[in-house]
Amino acid sequence: MSQEHDVVRELQGRFGAEALTFQPTADAIPTLWVDKKRVHEVLRFLKYDVPLPYRTLFDLTAIDERNRADRLNQPASDFTVVYQLLSYERNADVRLKVPLAGESPSLPTVVDLWPAANWYEREVWDMFGIVLDGHPNLRRILMPPTWVGHPLRKDHPARATEIGPFTMTEQKEEEEQEALRFRPEEWGLKRRSENEDFLFLNVGPQHPGTHGPFRIILQLDGEEILDAVPDIGFHHRGAEKIGERQSWHTYIPYTDRVDYLGGVLNNMAYLMPVEQLAGIVVPDRAKVIRVMLAELYRISNHLVFYGTFAQDLGAMSPVFYAFNDRERVIGVSEAITGARLHPSWFRIGGVAADLPQGWDDLVGEVVDFLPGRIDEYEQMVLQNSIFKARTQGVGRYTQEQAIEWGVTGPGLRATGLAWDFRKARPYSGYEWFDFEVPTATGGDCYSRALVHIAEMRQSLRIIEQCLKNMPAGPYKSPHPLTTPPLKGYTMHDIETLITHFLGVSWGPNLPVGESTYTTEAAKGANAYYVISDGDTIPYRIRIRTPSYPHLQMLPEIVRGFMIPDLTATLGSIDFVMSDVDR
Amino acid sequence: MIDWADTVWRLFTVFAVLIGALLVAAGLIWVERRLLALFQNRYGPNVVGPFGTLQVVADMVKIFTKEDWVPPFADKSVFVLAPTIIMAAVLLSFAVIPFAPGFQVVNLNVGLLFFLAMSSMGVYSVVLGGWSSNSKYSLLGGVRAAAQMLSYEVFMGLSLMGVVLLAGSFDLATIVDAQARGIWYVVPQIVGFVVFLIAGSAETRRLPFDLPEAESELVAGFHAEYSGMKFGMFYVGEYLGITLLSAMIATLFFGGWSGPLLPPFLWFVVKAAFFVGLFILLRGSLPRPRYDQLMAWGWKFLLPLSLLNLLVTGAVILAMA
Repeated sequence: MSQEHDVVRELQGRFGAEALTFQPTADAIPTLWVDKKRVHEVLRFLKYDVPLPYRTLFDLTAIDERNRADRLNQPASDFTVVYQLLSYERNADVRLKVPLAGESPSLPTVVDLWPAANWYEREVWDMFGIVLDGHPNLRRILMPPTWVGHPLRKDHPARATEIGPFTMTEQKEEEEQEALRFRPEEWGLKRRSENEDFLFLNVGPQHPGTHGPFRIILQLDGEEILDAVPDIGFHHRGAEKIGERQSWHTYIPYTDRVDYLGGVLNNMAYLMPVEQLAGIVVPDRAKVIRVMLAELYRISNHLVFYGTFAQDLGAMSPVFYAFNDRERVIGVSEAITGARLHPSWFRIGGVAADLPQGWDDLVGEVVDFLPGRIDEYEQMVLQNSIFKARTQGVGRYTQEQAIEWGVTGPGLRATGLAWDFRKARPYSGYEWFDFEVPTATGGDCYSRALVHIAEMRQSLRIIEQCLKNMPAGPYKSPHPLTTPPLKGYTMHDIETLITHFLGVSWGPNLPVGESTYTTEAAKGANAYYVISDGDTIPYRIRIRTPSYPHLQMLPEIVRGFMIPDLTATLGSIDFVMSDVDR
Repeated sequence: MIDWADTVWRLFTVFAVLIGALLVAAGLIWVERRLLALFQNRYGPNVVGPFGTLQVVADMVKIFTKEDWVPPFADKSVFVLAPTIIMAAVLLSFAVIPFAPGFQVVNLNVGLLFFLAMSSMGVYSVVLGGWSSNSKYSLLGGVRAAAQMLSYEVFMGLSLMGVVLLAGSFDLATIVDAQARGIWYVVPQIVGFVVFLIAGSAETRRLPFDLPEAESELVAGFHAEYSGMKFGMFYVGEYLGITLLSAMIATLFFGGWSGPLLPPFLWFVVKAAFFVGLFILLRGSLPRPRYDQLMAWGWKFLLPLSLLNLLVTGAVILAMA
């Protein structure tokens, strides 16, 4: 905490107290307002000059402030651009906000400071129509190139029924297709060198090696990749916009679908900031139940990673073994939550129900069964010499690069940095558990596979501890904002009955404020930035997903490799397109 | 004067081998799917007919009744011709295989060379298929196929020269006879056998050597644009290829039809079936190497190895004589 205030002092010492306006937030991340003329130098200072620098651009997004009822004495602003930086050295974040006025605002780009800002800034332009001056390629990223309007503006309709029926004429179809045609010049690529023509290969959005609707255009010389241009947005479902029309409670099922392999890990990432904002303390039993399910889904995710990675390298069988074993893990979740891939089972203030009778036997079976299987996979895949030849030294990035590009999770740990938000900033009771943070040193595809395998073993350790030490007590907080609220007292006093009635019918009104919380999801750091206007629905929900920066980095690490290496790299960085596009 | 009995027998062999090979290839599709399913904790086709055996018939009906489509951007005549080449080349190779004493379509004194020549013809099919599709994925697959199959053909030929030296003949029936009298060539030619096994499976383009089609990279590579029966011919060509390769391994290294107790033809079938199973197991267990790794391994390891084998075999034969 003291270090966090250090940064405010450091910044004010350098830029003067009047240049920076402090804003209190529910998450205790130091939040400072900076004028757009100075934001670039402030960011530069934070990245390079401050002691224990903030080297990672963790998130960059914007808020349309025009409809906000209670702005809590923040500086006047129509649109606000928000930068969240992360320092591993300090184990701290800092948030900078830039107020912008008018209908078509602009501010300078920071791509020169962080290459990772490229996609984030494109998204800000795409979603809010904020121009980033000096951005090398400011074009739409999630919406189709022909889209009119900027969806996350408050005046943009959120429902299809508000914009008239959809038609697709032949002419429109042709225009849409033409808009997707790849023109190398637009990306600064040459069609030919002195001696040869390059081949531009369009991979995806429907391709067996891309793990979902992901498109990447390769500039090839023979089979060697000279450059690559990823194109995303095919899986975009407007998860953030949907957040602005759902109640705090009914948004939970949407979070499951953000990383569709992560199950309840998404619920966790969403509910941590919400509960922080509401001031709810989750009972111990609920915490441990959450941890247990979260780790089960981490294993399930890693099994899919493992099977599909081997599949990408041409091995036919591991994917079937992995999916069969995942079936057992999911079976446990099904018995507990009633759902398999999208349980939506966590609630504001706890979980949906207590554990069913016999849960311990089911969990025990998985804990006994999986270690042997994991050993077998290790032998079958990791020790296979063809597998090694395909993955060692391929898709490599350094720790520096990983930090620079915002890589988190197993991808970061594979470069040797033992950083895990469960350890570094324990939440939901992770501090009670005994587990290690596995790392590898290569930073290549093989190291990422190693880390994934080791993490499954650690997750099993955590689950075993949950099994042995499940605390007794309520599975939901007695807090009035818990949704749906506990019903026990409703028949005894009218106030509880009213609260219950409102909480169930309208949903809870969360206190005005802002909050974020970084959790360690299966693929890396997942953080929801929630803003409440005091209403039953969120004013804004921003989802920072791990897959997004991982995928953005792809061209950087596949240049100079061959087409099969692209497949290997894609398989190893563990992303799903729903997590990228939201 | 026409020897009617002989003519009828010859005609019978021709049709028996032709229909037999096609039936075996079709049956193999079922066998492979069931075996892979067994290896992978699945069921495989088990609904149509007893144990799912009629699945192949259902697939055939489907594939025959599909629209015979040629992409508008393809080079039509070559596109249509390409899949027929591999079928024809592989089927012709069956002509020289001695299934049992006297049971052989044609007894060529250069039978082994004929087999090698026909397997070279197969390359055209894949390369032309990839080229004429006029699609980038197919092209990349075709280029890979050309490099891979041309390279591995070299070692395939060289690996068999040891056998030729030992038997003193290119005639497959003579090679089997020589083994039936003496020792199976797998013993003195173990290196040749291993190289042939590897090079042969590279020739059939199956995992771990399925780089020309590499699903996760090139979608389906050289046959990405093919559908209907034209795709079916590539498919059947692949299974015929495995059958042929297994038959050749049995013939050249495991004494062909020779063996105690059982009738010669049955011995042949048993030996060939064993290798078919081995190829399916290989497909189920190995990942795919990268194109340049495959090339490097072939030229830097297999080529010297097969040359060395030839040298040693020659030296030993000289010394013995």
